[in-house]
Amino acid sequence: MDSLRGLPPGHAGQPALDPVLLYRLMAKSRALEERLVKMTKSADGYFWIGGPGEEAFNVPLGLLIKKGRGPAFDFLHLHYRSSAILTAMGMPMIDAIRQMASRATDPFSGGRNFVGHFAVRDWNVVPVTSPIETQYAIAPGTALAQLRHGGDAITIVNGGDAGTAEGDFATCLNWVSRPGRELPCLVIVTNNHWGISTAFDEVHGDRLIARRAGGFGIRWDTVDGNDAFAASAKLAEVFDYVRRTRKPFCLEAYVSRLHGHSSSSGGARVEEPDCLALLEARLIRDGRLTAALATEIREAYAAEALAALEKVRGEPIPDPRTIHDHVYAG
Amino acid sequence: MATIAQALRMALHKGEAELGVTDIFGEDVGPPLGGVFTCTQGLKNTWNTPLDERGIIGTAMGLALAGQRVVAEIQFVDYIYNTIDLLKLAGNSCWSSMGQFPLPMVVMSPVGSGIHGSLYHSHSFDALATHLPGWKVVLPSTPSDVYGLMISAIKDPNPVLFLYPKALIRAPSKERLPGEPEDPKVLSKLIDAPLGEARKGWEPSWPAIEPFEIPIGVAKVLKPGQQLTVATYGRMAPICQAAAERLEGEGISAEVIDLRSLYPYDEAALIQSVKKTRRFIVVNEDTEVTNFGEHLLRKITEACFYDLEAPPRLLAGLNSPGIGLAWPLEEAQVPQERHVEAELRALAALSA
Repeated sequence: MDSLRGLPPGHAGQPALDPVLLYRLMAKSRALEERLVKMTKSADGYFWIGGPGEEAFNVPLGLLIKKGRGPAFDFLHLHYRSSAILTAMGMPMIDAIRQMASRATDPFSGGRNFVGHFAVRDWNVVPVTSPIETQYAIAPGTALAQLRHGGDAITIVNGGDAGTAEGDFATCLNWVSRPGRELPCLVIVTNNHWGISTAFDEVHGDRLIARRAGGFGIRWDTVDGNDAFAASAKLAEVFDYVRRTRKPFCLEAYVSRLHGHSSSSGGARVEEPDCLALLEARLIRDGRLTAALATEIREAYAAEALAALEKVRGEPIPDPRTIHDHVYAG
Repeated sequence: MATIAQALRMALHKGEAELGVTDIFGEDVGPPLGGVFTCTQGLKNTWNTPLDERGIIGTAMGLALAGQRVVAEIQFVDYIYNTIDLLKLAGNSCWSSMGQFPLPMVVMSPVGSGIHGSLYHSHSFDALATHLPGWKVVLPSTPSDVYGLMISAIKDPNPVLFLYPKALIRAPSKERLPGEPEDPKVLSKLIDAPLGEARKGWEPSWPAIEPFEIPIGVAKVLKPGQQLTVATYGRMAPICQAAAERLEGEGISAEVIDLRSLYPYDEAALIQSVKKTRRFIVVNEDTEVTNFGEHLLRKITEACFYDLEAPPRLLAGLNSPGIGLAWPLEEAQVPQERHVEAELRALAALSA
């Protein structure tokens, strides 16, 4: 890729993280998503949307976050397929289930918003929204504050390939690359090749989304987001680049969408490469994991998710008398 | 005395000097222009942006999320329309996150007709602005109200849409801000940037304005009266006041209330006035269908139904897709003083 011009030699093929830890977190996130999908069938939740199939990219991303509150820490502007990032950052599984079940105990939105619409003040995870593009327009603001603050904190913004058809993607590329005013922003596109039911090839003439960044003088690259090792290594490289240079970078990751767009299309499993199965096979082949341990890990997280749901079923739903709470601050 | 442009500039200066404003930005907001209406000349924290309204609103939101205090400008409100979902997000950020992410930010933008601005420099935004829950919306009509409300907007922990009437930006005013020099020429010399080469290296000398602010949500009685209540704001406020003063000579006593804030608005002041006068009219220049004034009519009808002696009325802009450039078109599309006068006279004559 010509996008790597000027970058130091990478760590191609070398996992930046403990591969078994990577596997565990991916399995945990997958178990969570599979439980969330089931909750739409068991009448425990109204609507599911999420990111099963993106774990090999999102878990290493979450592990690279400098987690905290305020401009000294990383800011995250995420879209709604980012549960594996939050899982890697330490989100308790039960909290996502609370949001799915619209419980008052949902720590992100108090039962007000869809699942996967996270908001965590203490981790700089700004409210995730249903529009597929707005986060790209907002991200330059936090990056500007971080540049002023000093230090190595960066802004991470992600979205899908479909969202890049909106003008906000170009807004982001423009605002983070103003000459002499470049911003420490990692612009990510997780390309699952779909926009709801419309295939990427049907509506996009451009083959490489990330290449658009090159027109703004922004360095860019692509990575196989189904390969946990490649994704880990590439993410480590580009995080380091943005932290160190205080300049933007655009990374496009090719990922799978294993349960379709959302429960609106049924949420059934579809035939696409499965990054969890791919990593599991590789670790078993390399002698880092046994099939029995892999099964044990997956079953343990599935049991944790089910136990969490059973607990959440007993938790309170929002009181309509709270509707006007938090309309205004102060 | 001070114009709205000067009052706005002085308030923003206080904002960046004393209230922690870190960014005043938008298209042509920074040097060399200092705003197309000169409202941001001479300030320290101004900067120019790409001509990209979504980038302006989005970046303002991001800065606010990271703890900066921002005043962003949309050069004409006609160009704010393509930011509507970002405005919606800014309004629901606090609510959707259960109070975790309030967004203290000010977005200012000139509104309304009166400068021969044609289709894209004449629009009002009252109805849409008040349809953005989570925002506060102000629309002052005088320099001191502009100053006082901007100070309140900057201090507010919520998003505030600060609209101001472009036709009045340079209008002479009888008001003097506390601490403002008595001679307008002295004020101009202190804070208006010189033209041409003299602007290079120029720095303003800010007068010491005594601390004052206007609370958001409090209306002002421009002219007391006994027979009918006129609720208005923005460019229509001085027009209504002038019409009401003229009608006083005909024995028609109209009370004119400048709302100053559209949300929250001073419902109590309106009800109190209508219970006294028993007749009510709203005057604004936005298009008449689904007009903010219609909401006020509903509120007053519900609260004062048995007090009213005549059907409440709305005088607003015609429901046309834009303001025509030629003067007969604009004057026919937007209420003029003669239209206001006729409406007030008619309302005074109506019986329930």
